[in-house]
Amino acid sequence: MELIFEKSASGRKGFQLPKSDVDIQADIPAAYIRKTECLLPEVSELDVVRHFTQLSKLNFSVDGNFYPLGSCTMKYNPKFTEQAAAIKGFADLHPLLPQLDNSLVQGALEVLYHMDRLLSEITGMDDFTMQPLAGAHGELTGVMIIAAYHRLKGNKKTHIIIPDSAHGTNPASAAIAGYEIVTIPTDDKGALDFQKLKGLVNTQTAGLMLTCPDTLGLFNPDIDKITELIHAVDGLVYYDGANLNALLGRARPGDLGFDVIHVNLHKTFATPHGGGGPGAGPVGVKRKLSHLLPISRVVKNADNTYALNYNYPDSIGYVASFYGNFGVILKAYAYILMLGKEGLRNVSDHAVLNASYMMAKLKDYYQIAYDRRCMHECVFSAMRQEAQGVHAVDIAKFLIDKGMHPPTIYFPLIVKEAIMIEPTETESKESMDQFIAAMIEAAQLAEKDPKSFKQYPKTMPITRPDEVKAAKEIHCNFFAKR
Amino acid sequence: MSGFIANTDSDIKDMLQAIGVNSIDDLFVDIKPRHAPHSFDVPEGKSEFEVLERLYGLAARNATNLVSFLGAGYYDHYVPSAVSALASRSEFYTAYTPYQPECSQGTLQALFEYQSMICTLTDMDIANASLYDGGTALYEAMMMALRITGRKKIIMDGGVSPIYRTIIRSYTKNLDIAFAETPVVHGRSNRAEIKKMLDQDTAAIILQNPNFFGAIDDHSDIVETAHSRGVLVLESVYPVSLGLLKTPGEMAVDIVTGEGQSLGLALSFGGPYLGFMATRKEYVRKMPGRIVGETIDTKGRRCFVNTLQVREQHIRRERANSNICTNVALCAIQATIFMSLLGRSGLKDLAGLIFQKAEFARQEISKIKGVEVKRSSPTFNEFTICLPQKASAIIPKMISQGFAPGFPLSRYYPDMEHYLLIAVTEKRTKEEIVNFAMALERALWN
Repeated sequence: MELIFEKSASGRKGFQLPKSDVDIQADIPAAYIRKTECLLPEVSELDVVRHFTQLSKLNFSVDGNFYPLGSCTMKYNPKFTEQAAAIKGFADLHPLLPQLDNSLVQGALEVLYHMDRLLSEITGMDDFTMQPLAGAHGELTGVMIIAAYHRLKGNKKTHIIIPDSAHGTNPASAAIAGYEIVTIPTDDKGALDFQKLKGLVNTQTAGLMLTCPDTLGLFNPDIDKITELIHAVDGLVYYDGANLNALLGRARPGDLGFDVIHVNLHKTFATPHGGGGPGAGPVGVKRKLSHLLPISRVVKNADNTYALNYNYPDSIGYVASFYGNFGVILKAYAYILMLGKEGLRNVSDHAVLNASYMMAKLKDYYQIAYDRRCMHECVFSAMRQEAQGVHAVDIAKFLIDKGMHPPTIYFPLIVKEAIMIEPTETESKESMDQFIAAMIEAAQLAEKDPKSFKQYPKTMPITRPDEVKAAKEIHCNFFAKR
Repeated sequence: MSGFIANTDSDIKDMLQAIGVNSIDDLFVDIKPRHAPHSFDVPEGKSEFEVLERLYGLAARNATNLVSFLGAGYYDHYVPSAVSALASRSEFYTAYTPYQPECSQGTLQALFEYQSMICTLTDMDIANASLYDGGTALYEAMMMALRITGRKKIIMDGGVSPIYRTIIRSYTKNLDIAFAETPVVHGRSNRAEIKKMLDQDTAAIILQNPNFFGAIDDHSDIVETAHSRGVLVLESVYPVSLGLLKTPGEMAVDIVTGEGQSLGLALSFGGPYLGFMATRKEYVRKMPGRIVGETIDTKGRRCFVNTLQVREQHIRRERANSNICTNVALCAIQATIFMSLLGRSGLKDLAGLIFQKAEFARQEISKIKGVEVKRSSPTFNEFTICLPQKASAIIPKMISQGFAPGFPLSRYYPDMEHYLLIAVTEKRTKEEIVNFAMALERALWN
């Protein structure tokens, strides 16, 4: 498809500005004026509307396709939450109004305060900050809190322990916060290797970062033993909330011994993923760490009004400009209010039911990474197909031609040819059955005609792209000379 | 069944049978009784109608009816209807990171166009596909400069938003980095001081244009000195101003970042916003975040993919350029739609309109007895005024007359208790500006 720049015609306009109503002769001195022309396209409003409408049609999306992208929790995003975020009283609210008077933003502060209470109750933590703007941003905030805890206590801590199955964001976040990374392997049952962990934990251990259920979709029954072991050396345990969708009403990270957690509102709490954000990654802590949370914090006064409080001398400071991705927080807030206690429990019950069904129906056709009871997602390996020359990526491309977004592939890194399926609770049995049928067809085709896989996808606007060329001949800007 | 769940009783029965268990509880065998929640005291669920009523009620307790002269980097711009109409297409907003390019060309091409627009706007070689917001983008630029130079010292100009400066300071508490700040003199960068401080240990100097006080500058001389000592120059910019102002590229800046909220995003009480970043091509491998690149498919057709992924956390883990994963793709797409609509002349005209209105507001306010609007260099869309009384005494009187009267600078500068930072956008009419000046006069002298 043509780029918007290629549709440009000199003199065409897509927007009418108001005429200037001020009669003033003032000019910016020429020395401060740009001389190179800004080459934005010249297109009409209809050109723009048609261009982006046509572009949108090139995407698979949750609204259009089954999207079992493991670890990303691509559940249905309720429409009414979009309406909630667009309410003028929220959408037009300037973030610095509280600097004039807190009374101007009481509704917004109540949302933030109440969300803090709701997330604390749901996860078993004591206090939350809404500031972190995505999951990885939450991780960095959490590790900064861990570092501040040790610094204030005078602890000499040098490393954070992270399983080899963790998301790449975990080690990246801990490294940015100044820690060395110690990697703990996974045992033959798919759990963090507890014996090895015992050998690695020492007085230099600042903490442990865990995803629970882990990235293999498994819940570790020894989780409390693990948190105790870390606490014994005054380490803190971080909960990566990527997989919280499995646990609502069934277990709370706070009760399991976790000290700091982040929650991905765009996963568990149904806010849209936006083609790669915006998300939101609020961070919750146990009371002993509350004084370290980022500022500002929303507090409730004795007269039931709300205020921003900056007076926390031990705080790690600001991790974002304001109070988090407020528009995203608002959508998640609306979702939680609508579902309530029973609705939230149902989420996890059916997320786990659907993933377990998927695993049961596919395990005769694909090798299971670890044959245990899975939670909200299940991880297979395409090793059996790989023996025929068919890789996980080939199966993914086959599924695209069936009108389904492929599962996550090649993650977790410890599973060869990994295929990670997370149907989420909002999929019907019918759509899962269609996916299962497609996966079985792929497995059978891998036996019969493995070579045929290289042609997929063949029904999409493009066939497989040359990724090597993209990286070698970097062309990321239409205006750059080749 | 609540929770947007489709499974019927008979589905559940069939699925449990296929799994080989008797109940949903049996699926949770690994969660032992001792792991059960100590409490789960969440309110009962409500209908869509009831939740929305509650939210409309809360929204009504926010003051969005004030005529706003409040900015400080975040502006009350008009957003054309086509922006939200197109960004509301759920093919964009219910997709995720384009890991599978064949079924994500819409997002990928839009982001390629976004990157190209940021490049032509800033006059730089290469841009990434977005960072969280203007503040975190500047922090990422600083980390990038440390990686490129291997040096450990950062100089921050006092004209950089104090909101950004406080963020950067929090992030670097655990890192071995030396900071120096150079306070502004009469609202402008202290060039002599900055040039004196740029040395062989300095990784980067961080600047902003227009600066926090609204002053327009040409940093070319600082860039020249910096480069002669191997120091990189980072500049945070207000993107709308680049419709008119000398570009970071023309000043030979090394890394440009900025807050993209003014490119078609709602104020939304602080987010979601858009952090943008652009740099020179030789630094592309040190850049954080997603980058969309052009390539061809097996039939030779042009297409787009996420590229240079070896920089990123999901491949390089603790040695990655950044921990960023989810960014703000949808906000970048909104900005792309906004910039497409405004187009070549529209952005220039918008910048001109804003400048004219801000100049008009400055003149009107300068007529008020006792109010000083002195400045040592031209300003763009914002300017500071000095009141004969403390701003804190005037603010309530302006609110009661229906105005959000600007940003009180004492929040970050304790010795500026008499100062307000006034922002003007294209939305402010002549009548509103005149009324604002009259209201300010009344607040001061009645």
